[in-house]
Amino acid sequence: MLHVGLTHFLIISAVLFSLGIYGIVTRKNAVMVLMGIELVLNSANINFIAFSKYGNFGLGGQVIALFVIILAAAEAAIALAIVLNIYKTFSNVNVDEIDHLKE
Amino acid sequence: MSESLLINICIVILFLPLLGFTTVVFLGKRIPKLYLFEVAILGIALLLSIIVAYVKLSIYNTKDIVAAFTWITMGNAPSPGVINIELGFKIDNITVLMLFVVNLISFLVHVFSIEYMRGDKLYTRYFAYLGIFTFSMLGIVLTHNLLMMYIFWELVGLSSYLLIGFWYEKKSASDAAKKAFIVNRIGDIGMFAGILILFTQYKTFTFDVIYQQIAAGNIPFGSNAWLTAAGILIFMGAVGKSAQFPLHVWLPDAMEGPTPVSALIHAATMVAAGVYLVVRIFVMLTADAMLVIAVVGAFTSLVAATIALTQNDIKKVLAYSTVSQLGYMVMSLGVGAYAFAFFHLITHAFFKACLFLGSGSVIHSMHHEQDIRNLGGLRKKMPITYYTFLISTLAISGVPLFSGFLSKDGILAGTLAFGKLTGHWLIPIIGFTVAGLTAFYMFRLVILTFHGEPRDQHKFDHAHESPFVMSAPLVVLAVLSIFIWYTPNPIGAADGWVIKNWIKTPAQVVPNETRFDFMKPSTEEAKAEIHGEVVHSVEYTETMHWAHYPAMFLSLAVAGLGILFAFMFYQWKKLNADKLAEKIKPLYNFSLNKWFLDELYDMTAIAGTLSFSSILAWFDNKIVDGIVNGSATVTRFVSKMSNLFDTFVVDGFVNFTAFFSGFVGLSFRRLQTGKVQTYIVFVIFAIIILLMFFKPF
Repeated sequence: MLHVGLTHFLIISAVLFSLGIYGIVTRKNAVMVLMGIELVLNSANINFIAFSKYGNFGLGGQVIALFVIILAAAEAAIALAIVLNIYKTFSNVNVDEIDHLKE
Repeated sequence: MSESLLINICIVILFLPLLGFTTVVFLGKRIPKLYLFEVAILGIALLLSIIVAYVKLSIYNTKDIVAAFTWITMGNAPSPGVINIELGFKIDNITVLMLFVVNLISFLVHVFSIEYMRGDKLYTRYFAYLGIFTFSMLGIVLTHNLLMMYIFWELVGLSSYLLIGFWYEKKSASDAAKKAFIVNRIGDIGMFAGILILFTQYKTFTFDVIYQQIAAGNIPFGSNAWLTAAGILIFMGAVGKSAQFPLHVWLPDAMEGPTPVSALIHAATMVAAGVYLVVRIFVMLTADAMLVIAVVGAFTSLVAATIALTQNDIKKVLAYSTVSQLGYMVMSLGVGAYAFAFFHLITHAFFKACLFLGSGSVIHSMHHEQDIRNLGGLRKKMPITYYTFLISTLAISGVPLFSGFLSKDGILAGTLAFGKLTGHWLIPIIGFTVAGLTAFYMFRLVILTFHGEPRDQHKFDHAHESPFVMSAPLVVLAVLSIFIWYTPNPIGAADGWVIKNWIKTPAQVVPNETRFDFMKPSTEEAKAEIHGEVVHSVEYTETMHWAHYPAMFLSLAVAGLGILFAFMFYQWKKLNADKLAEKIKPLYNFSLNKWFLDELYDMTAIAGTLSFSSILAWFDNKIVDGIVNGSATVTRFVSKMSNLFDTFVVDGFVNFTAFFSGFVGLSFRRLQTGKVQTYIVFVIFAIIILLMFFKPF
């Protein structure tokens, strides 16, 4: 019988993190980038909960996971507002074309 | 009142006028009414100085109060040791008397000026200048050392310069200011040298320490000649400031300043600073130095009196009479009549300030007419000015019941005693001659200005008595010219409190062999006879007693003659002055042109300086400039060479560096795409690399 342990959770978390980073780096649409960020945050959440379950940290990990979820919501709100403003300024949300930082 | 409180009050008195000056000079433009603040400050200073004088003279009459602190400490070499330069006050009887005189006259002049200077475009600045002058003058009065004396000495010179040149748009005024400044500088060089002789020997500037050293037999460079030289050189400062011959030429020109300034600075207080200096150094004067001082003073008083006979400008007459009276004081110090010299300084300050302010009142009401040939008949129009002017004139002429008689009589008795004891009879002869001349020219002035018929009817019709703020100072000063303030006995100054209680002639400190015989202490028995007063010998005291009545009758006679002749010439017209002038034309011209001294200086000193300057200019143009130009050529060549080096070597290196940096930059700028996603990739790879290198797990 296959035993599900800490390692499995960490592997899932690592896969999710990598997918998130991949999304952040490769997507052209800003909304998609934000979704990548969301994945990264959730991979961190899985880590927290896994360590909370298998480690000796008590419930601290779960509490922090709740905080991260709240934080992610707040961040999404602000980020979407920024994206809306970017759309108003540049008429698109293509992050490839928004390279004014260069100047 | 404790001594420290007295000192503190003196510090306040000293710095009040400075406070007035700074306030008025910085805020005067914004708040024009500030001149009243300056006047009020002088009023407070006057009150405080009256308190100080009263306390000092009544409680600490025989005690000198000294307060000092070390200003600079320098040197630790073994042979000269540590030199401490002290600043401080010495408050003795003459200090508090001077304090009172200076503050009183300064206050009255401030009040007088409120009306006299009204409408002037630099009105507030004028009061600021008066403030800085009063501050400097009080500094001279209060100091206990030669260095501070010198500093404030130059400060009064500066304020005098500023006030003579107050109407600087007038060329004559700015010229007179420069002349006063430069002529004073000549005297000050001597004073500086004298101070340095004393400082080299004693390593201190403090009067009392120097005098103790001299009294202990420690004289500069072990030679009496150096002591004499130090005395005469410091006296040179007084020659400049007190307008003694041959440096008196600046004072009459200084009358270009506003008239109240002439009263304050060039008649009553600043020019008396020279006399005050000699009073301070009196104890270290040797017989030779005193003889020089007596001769200079006597000659000055004669020269100035003869010039004053023929001047037609009301202020010029008063200026020369000031020079003449200053000569009197200096002569009096030279003949050892110390107390009477200082007494005359005080009485002269009051009546001369009154005369000058009176002339200011006349000038003010006659619309700046100063020529006495155009005045006349003002007695009825300006009664207050007339009577105060008359009282002061009686005082300066030496008529009994007035202050001038007391002090002049004492001085003349002193010269007479000096003539009898030393055989220098010329000095008393000059003294009595000048007394007669003074009475003559002063009454000439009064008669021509106030008596007779008006000569300029138009201006006379517009004349009017001056307002209250101008006449009140006149009245105060005239009242102070009456004998009762100084002595209860109108013919004997020695019975009065000023001479008997307040001004004490100090004992000489110079070695016995360098003193006049009459300045040597007498034998023990003789000392006992005159109650321990060992300042002068017994013979001197006796001779002074002998000289008292002859001097008095003689001075009365010559003064009476002078007044009589003045009335004969100008009032009753029994004698014709013009005809007399015609008859002795060369003498008349000699006097009218001030002994041709200005011309003489123009031809000698000034022409000499100018030709010396042109030689120096030639030297500058040809030789110094040649050297400078030559070095310029060399410098230019060197510059060219280094320019080449710069262009090719240094610039080449710099340009290469720049090019290289640019090249590197070009290659690296590819990395900066401005795309967030690229940066994130960099960050992730960086983190991975860091993790690989540092292996935190």
